[in-house]
Amino acid sequence: MTEKKKTTIVLFSGDYDKAMAAYIIANGAAAYDHEVTIFHTFWGLNALRKDENIPVKKGFMEKMFGKMMPRGADKMGLSKMNFAGFGQKMIKDVIKKHNALELPQLIEMAQEQDVKLVACTMTMDLLGLKEEELMDHIEYAGVAAYLADAEDGNVNLFI
Amino acid sequence: MNITKVLDAKGLACPMPIVKTKKAMNELESGQVLEILTTDKGAKNDLTAWAKSGGHEVLNFEEENGVLKFWIKKG
Repeated sequence: MTEKKKTTIVLFSGDYDKAMAAYIIANGAAAYDHEVTIFHTFWGLNALRKDENIPVKKGFMEKMFGKMMPRGADKMGLSKMNFAGFGQKMIKDVIKKHNALELPQLIEMAQEQDVKLVACTMTMDLLGLKEEELMDHIEYAGVAAYLADAEDGNVNLFI
Repeated sequence: MNITKVLDAKGLACPMPIVKTKKAMNELESGQVLEILTTDKGAKNDLTAWAKSGGHEVLNFEEENGVLKFWIKKG
């Protein structure tokens, strides 16, 4: 067969529902035999956060950011009708009822399918996130690495 | 029709049917046939498009009591 097609997704949003859409597309594209990259920047980085508290050295602002942002995909809120986290619980119930996958499972499946998960190092610095706080088996890169994947890509999304 | 493998994806929601189909198809040789059972309404268009893109052939499609059945020959 011809050379593999590429799908690249920028996940900027830290909303549960938007991240779900991104990861469903990523898993679909992987099933389409595409080489898939999800580039996580700004609030999207929270999808890669481990859910436990990792003791790392941080300044005051970094600590504040760390406390205010959701620790991991499971804790992210909805973009609409979040109602201080209650909406997210409702959505999770609906997801279970319809036998769909929750966000952490979608991320796990993406890793199984060799979707390349990339964390933007510049925004990690801004938000004070350290490598130790993010999931294992991900890559760290900047805009040039993203463009290298995207420039000969076939599907390119910003979510 | 010689069916090599049956994939039961009933009850699973998008994107699982397509992901499971791809995994099952990887285990087949070219020319072998995969039978897929699903209840996801989007699967009809999804699997047809997926098969076309991957160079596989949809031999037959049936719908029975809400269960969609596909027979896809690996390309």
